[in-house]
Amino acid sequence: MDYFAQQAINAVQLGSIYALIALGYSMVYGVLVMINFAHGDVFMVSSFFCFLLLLVLPVPFVVALIIVMLATAILGVAIERLAYRPLRNAPRVSAIITALGCGLVIQNTTLSLSPYSQRMPELFKPVTRQFAGVTLSSLQILIIGVSVGLMIALDFFIRKTRYGMAMRAIAQDRISVPLMGVPVNQIIAMTFAIGAALGGAAGVLYASAYPVISATMGVLVGWKAFVAAVIGGIGNVRGAVLGAYVLGAVEVFTVTVLPSTYRDLVVYSLLLVILIFKPYGLLGRPAVQKV
Amino acid sequence: MTRWFKQPPPRGVLLALLVAGLAACFAIEQFGLVDNYVRFVLITLGINIILCVSLNLVNGWMGEFSVGHAGFMALGAYLSACVSVKWLGWGNPLWMFPLAVVAGGLLAGAVGFLLGLLSFKTRGDYLAIITLAFLMIVKSGIENIPYVGGPRGFLGIGNHTTLLWTAVWTVLTLWAIRNLVYSRFGRGIVAVREDEIAANAMGVDTRKAKLAAFVVSSFFGGVAGALFAHQLQFINPSVFDIVKSTEILVMVYLGGIGSLGGSILGAAAFTILAQVLQPLGTWRMVILPLILVLLMLFRPRGIMGMREFPWFVPRREFPAKEDKK
Amino acid sequence: MSALLEVRDVTMRFGGLVAVSDLTLAVTPGHAHGIIGPNGAGKTTAFNIITGIYTPTAGEVLFRGGSITGHRPSAIARGGIARTFQNIRLFRDLTVLDNVRIAHDTRARYSWAGAMVQLPSARRAETESIEQCTDLLEKFGLGDAVYERAGDLPYGSQRRLEIARAMALQPSLLLLDEPAAGMNSAETLKLVEFLGWLRDHFSVTMLLIEHHMQLVMTFCDRITVLDFGKTIAEGTADEVRNDPKVIEAYLGQENDHE
Repeated sequence: MDYFAQQAINAVQLGSIYALIALGYSMVYGVLVMINFAHGDVFMVSSFFCFLLLLVLPVPFVVALIIVMLATAILGVAIERLAYRPLRNAPRVSAIITALGCGLVIQNTTLSLSPYSQRMPELFKPVTRQFAGVTLSSLQILIIGVSVGLMIALDFFIRKTRYGMAMRAIAQDRISVPLMGVPVNQIIAMTFAIGAALGGAAGVLYASAYPVISATMGVLVGWKAFVAAVIGGIGNVRGAVLGAYVLGAVEVFTVTVLPSTYRDLVVYSLLLVILIFKPYGLLGRPAVQKV
Repeated sequence: MTRWFKQPPPRGVLLALLVAGLAACFAIEQFGLVDNYVRFVLITLGINIILCVSLNLVNGWMGEFSVGHAGFMALGAYLSACVSVKWLGWGNPLWMFPLAVVAGGLLAGAVGFLLGLLSFKTRGDYLAIITLAFLMIVKSGIENIPYVGGPRGFLGIGNHTTLLWTAVWTVLTLWAIRNLVYSRFGRGIVAVREDEIAANAMGVDTRKAKLAAFVVSSFFGGVAGALFAHQLQFINPSVFDIVKSTEILVMVYLGGIGSLGGSILGAAAFTILAQVLQPLGTWRMVILPLILVLLMLFRPRGIMGMREFPWFVPRREFPAKEDKK
Repeated sequence: MSALLEVRDVTMRFGGLVAVSDLTLAVTPGHAHGIIGPNGAGKTTAFNIITGIYTPTAGEVLFRGGSITGHRPSAIARGGIARTFQNIRLFRDLTVLDNVRIAHDTRARYSWAGAMVQLPSARRAETESIEQCTDLLEKFGLGDAVYERAGDLPYGSQRRLEIARAMALQPSLLLLDEPAAGMNSAETLKLVEFLGWLRDHFSVTMLLIEHHMQLVMTFCDRITVLDFGKTIAEGTADEVRNDPKVIEAYLGQENDHE
């Protein structure tokens, strides 16, 4: 029972990090109906940003978090401006391929510059306590707390501010919204910035929890978050969070019963099974086509 | 499919070229006319052509976006290796090898059939995601099968992929797919891409069309994988990942979607590029996707998108040469 | 004479929206049957139900006495019902000839294996299809445009092509969704001639959705009037023209004559 509770906490921790990344995928899909395949690699790069930052200037955790989030947001907006915006009215396939290409460029540039994994300098001295038979580390609390806090802030932003409303409007109808005076380019840039920033936060948190970072993290971790977003229903912000925690739980508990080499197999099989029975994800809804 | 209306080839020329080409390949093998490196590159070219034209069936002619082609390669590679090493290793390669290749293709085709079933209800982005999941499942599935070496890979595969065999399979693939494309099934596939609802309303069995596209595409993907395995003589799951799929995507979108000539062009360009960029190591995989991105920005359909060399088009498709009334 | 097509008490619900309610319709073989009604009355929805794109929430559709309710669109097309679309749905990137051949392909019998190895029966079927489709296009006055890209044709030719394509199915029943859309009076008159020629030359029964009153009143043998998803009148042109319910719902308003 204690073991179960311990694993549950791990699942929540992993799920929280996935959620931050998954939100980036979902927000961009919601607004532009495109899969930002580069997002996983943006997350990976943010952990390298953190690594480089700490190498040069050892700053406390919160400062590092803010700086990395900012830097990642800038990267996200740059990619949108350079690679995606020119293709906004192109066939969807072009956009997906470009995103895939961007992701690979980022991944392999990082891989070429850093062929070996790096060890993160310690950001945070965790304190562990025993609570009702489970060992809790303040790092875990921090990760979960920061993640949930950011998610709540995002939810508030989307539901209660004008910009959030604009995002939701564009997600529904990209043609007529600009005609109402909404600066679509800015809102889209903002969406990418926020999504990337959340990914940046995830990068810092992930690196704190699992201090060995490598260029393949984008595929290994980032794409799992993508799976989470799809499971929840891509384009759906609540779905992203739901999918993330489901995925975190599946991953953590799979490894308790099966050898770790089965982890990816189970995760992607789960994705396939869900897509077969719920083709638009758990919370997703199909676009209606007029005949 | 718009096409360049030059003339159809004079009768018999294509056949003559074919025979000459195959004879040349046989001679090269028999008499060692080229060095090993060139031979290796030529075989790679053939395999790439097969990969490219088979993926083009789904991504080009049918207009979907599959990133899972490396998965079909993997299935073909591993099954053919099992056949040629573990099960029929005693057999004479003359009949055993083609059997192994066909077996690999059949397995890939069978799985492609399942993927095709899934494509009935799902299209576009979601189908792309399903193909991604399929790729990951195949890769991590193989990693968990100790019988074929798991993550460490499958060693000791025989060097059965000769230049002649490659040429034979390449020609077979191009011929079969060309025949499919210029038949009612090919037209059905293209109709699905253009407007699935109208296609249905015009009596096209869109389900059969999708199955045809996926099965044929994956069968030849498996064939390519089998040839690949018996060229490198060593395969492991990490070879058949998203990087491999991306390479095939580059070939398709560089050469041109929905075009046989384009597929050959793309495969050739890519093969040469890969060799030229070899010394760059991992930077290779920065330049290749960059090319892909630039292609999408400036020429999304590829060099020969939706156009065809007249020599690949069946004679009957050309306008009759009578004087206009 | 028993009806070629019968729609019995068909209701179509999309969530909370009732698009069509208790629709009943019978088309006599050889007739031209018109469906009219204000925009949003459910006319195209009715077409979509008949051709199998939607499965009705209630009711049934009978063709030649047999039920086709909920059958797949491609099966219904092969069974003898062809249609055109309100917003032309041609295969724009394909040639004019290929557009027609795709419909004509429903008649071909060769297998995919036969196609891939180029069996003589497959090759013969292909040359026949090219011949027959070219002939058909010439009958429709599109013989010179056979190898043009369908999307490049002028609007009127595109409409004609869509009908030619539908006729390549050799249907017993042809559904036309607003064939006169975007045409002026002169063009509409030509269209009436054309439709008459279609009916006589191909012996096909027609079901038309139209807004052009001129066309409907002169050409159609019977007319069904829909409003808000329900049938409000049915009969000959004269009967419908003088029906007070129709006048109130539709003809009485200052309406589109374009």
